[in-house]
Amino acid sequence: MAELFLVEAINDAFHVELARDDSVMVLGEDVGRAGGVFRATAGLRDRFGESRCVDTPLAEAGILGSAVGLCMAGWRPVCEMQYDAFSYPCLDQLITHVGRYRWRTGGKMEFPLVVRMPYGGGVRAPELHDDSPEAYYVHTPGVKVAIPSTPADAKGLLAAAIRDPDPVVVLEPKLIYRAEKQEVPEGEHVVPLGRARLAREGSDVTLVAYGAMVPVCERAAEELEGEASVEVLDLRSLKPLDEEALLASAAKTGRVVVVQEAPRTAGFAAEIAAILAEKAILDLHGPVLRVTGFDVPYPYWKIEDHYMPSVERVAAAARKLLEF
Amino acid sequence: MAEVASEEHELRRVIDEGREVDGLGENELLAIHRSLVLLRTYDERSVVYHRQGRIGTYAIFWNHEAMQAGSVHALADGDWLFPSYRESAIGLLRGMPVSTVLHWWRGHPAGWWNPADYRVASICVPIGTHVPHAAGLAWGEKLKGNPTVAIAYFGDGATSEGSFHEGANFAAVMQAPLILLCNNNQWAISTPVDEQTHADTLAAKAAGYGMPGVRVDGGDVLAVYEATREAAERARAGGGPTFVEAVTYRAAPHATADDPRAYIDLERVEEEKQNECLGRYESYLRRLGVLDDARAEEVRQEALELMRAGIAEAEAEPEPDPELLFDNAYVLPPPNLREGWSA
Repeated sequence: MAELFLVEAINDAFHVELARDDSVMVLGEDVGRAGGVFRATAGLRDRFGESRCVDTPLAEAGILGSAVGLCMAGWRPVCEMQYDAFSYPCLDQLITHVGRYRWRTGGKMEFPLVVRMPYGGGVRAPELHDDSPEAYYVHTPGVKVAIPSTPADAKGLLAAAIRDPDPVVVLEPKLIYRAEKQEVPEGEHVVPLGRARLAREGSDVTLVAYGAMVPVCERAAEELEGEASVEVLDLRSLKPLDEEALLASAAKTGRVVVVQEAPRTAGFAAEIAAILAEKAILDLHGPVLRVTGFDVPYPYWKIEDHYMPSVERVAAAARKLLEF
Repeated sequence: MAEVASEEHELRRVIDEGREVDGLGENELLAIHRSLVLLRTYDERSVVYHRQGRIGTYAIFWNHEAMQAGSVHALADGDWLFPSYRESAIGLLRGMPVSTVLHWWRGHPAGWWNPADYRVASICVPIGTHVPHAAGLAWGEKLKGNPTVAIAYFGDGATSEGSFHEGANFAAVMQAPLILLCNNNQWAISTPVDEQTHADTLAAKAAGYGMPGVRVDGGDVLAVYEATREAAERARAGGGPTFVEAVTYRAAPHATADDPRAYIDLERVEEEKQNECLGRYESYLRRLGVLDDARAEEVRQEALELMRAGIAEAEAEPEPDPELLFDNAYVLPPPNLREGWSA
C-alpha cells in the first residue's frame, strides 16, 4: 500500500493501465509536457511516448470526436477535459455520437473510451472552473458515470472505466485532489462500476452522496454523534447505480438525505429521491430530503461557501428528518 | 462571397477538357460508370419508394453521384469512408446490400451495419460532427503504422460548423491521412453558400489549416477521381490531409420533405439537369468508344434489378422485435435499463 493523494492515485492508475494495455492512450490539453494542469497525467509522456500521451489542440469537441475515430482504429482513448465547465463543447459529441455509436452499429462496434475531468467547487477559482455537470452525463444514454471520493477509489474506478467496453465519464472531485493522503493498493486495482461504498455505518439516518460531498457527509455524521447514528453511503458510480445498497440502507435507517453540490432542479439527488419513492416508500419514516446547490450559476468565490452544501446544512437536514 | 461563386475557373476538369486520366483503363472507366448508374438508380428509385410510402423521408443526392463514385474509386478498399446523410448509399460501392441502406431509410434496425465490415462509418445525421471521427480514425491508423486513408463527406453548410473546424485542425496538426471532401452544392436547405461564408471559396479555408485546398467540378467524376487520388497519395506518403471542394449545384430538393421552389434558382436547376453528371460521363465514354447503347442499357437494367431485389428483401424483413429497444446501447448495460418495461 502506498499513501497517495487522490490525484496521485489517478496518476498511478494511468501508469498501471498504460503499461498493462498497449491500446490505452491519453489525450487532452496540456496532458503531455505539463502532465496535466493538476498533474494527473505526469510522467506518462516520458514513459509511454508522445503518441500515447498526446497534447492536443485546444478543442474539446475535437478531442472527444477524434477519440470516437481512435476507437474505430482500435485504440482505447482516455480524454481529459481540463475543467468541468470546459467539457460543455464536448457534450455535442457525447450526446450525438459517443452514447449512440455502438447502438447505431447494431452492437457490432465498441467504443471503450473514457472522458475524465476535475469537477466541483470550493477551490476559489474563476467562473466555469467549479461546475458539477454529472446530471448532463448521467442523462445521456449509452454513457456510464463514475465519481470517486477516496484515493483508492479514484485509482480503482479509473481502471474500471478504462477497462470497461462502454464509454465512461469519470468526474474527479478537484476540491479533494490533495486533501488527504490515504492508502492505495499498489499495482492493478479495479473497483467495479455499479457498487456503492458504505463509508460509515449507522442506524438512524442515511446520508447519500458522491465525490467531494462524501467527506462533508462524514463530518456531518461526526457532528451528529451523540444525537443519532448516521450512515454515509458513497455511491461511487451514478450509472450503473447500486440500487441494492441504496435500498438496503434506506430499509435499515428509514431516513435518507441526499447531498449534491450541483444545482437542485433535476439533479441526481432527485433521481435518488424518485427511486426511494418508487421502491422504498414503506420503509421510510419521513420524506427524502435534498441538500444541494441552488438553481443559479456557480457563484463568485467570495460567496461560494454559501452555495456549497455545508456540514451545517447537511446536519440540519438530518436533524429535521430525525423528528419523523 | 459577394455572390454565389462562379465556378467557371479554377475548377479542375477532365471531361469538359476532353482529357484522359493517367492510369485509368477501360475496365476501371466502366467500373466507375457502373457505380454512377447504381447510385443514380438507387436515388431515383428511393424517391419513388418514398412517394409509395415504402421508405421514410429521404435525402436526395441526385447529380451528386459523381463526387461519391469518383472519390471511392480513387481510394483503396481498406480506406475508410465517413458519409453524411447525403452519401447514404455510398456503402453500395463497397458491397453493402441495397436492402441495408433501404432499411436505414425505413427506420428498421436491420439498417445498422458494422462499419468495420465495409470500412464505411455510420451515416452522420447531424451536420459535420463526423469530421473529427474521420480525423481520429486517420490519426489512429497512422499511429498504428497502417497505410489507411480516411475520407469525410460533408456539404457547404457543414463548413460553418465548429466540428468541421476542430476536425480539420486536428487532422492537420496530427498530419492525419484524411481527405475532406466538401460537396459544395451551394445550398444548405434554403441558405445559399454566400450566406455561409464570406470567403471567396470554401477551398480557401484549407490555407488556414496548413493543408492543400483544391476545387474540382463536382459533376465531373474523373476530375473528382483525379483530385482524390492525388490527395490519397499525398496522405499515404505522410503528407497529411487535403481539402477538396467539389462544386456543383443542387438540382433536386434537399430531401423528400422539401419544396425548393420557394428559394432556388429554377433556371439554374434546369441548366444543371441538362448537364447532369451521369449523362456527361456517358457522353465522354461514348466519345472514347468505351460505352455503347447496349452496354449502357445493360448496366441500367442490372442496377434496376438490384433495386427491385433490394426493396423486396427489405419489405420481406420481419418487423423488428421490440426487445431490440434494450440491445446495443451498452455492452454491459446498467441493471435498471428495463425499468418500466412490461412486455
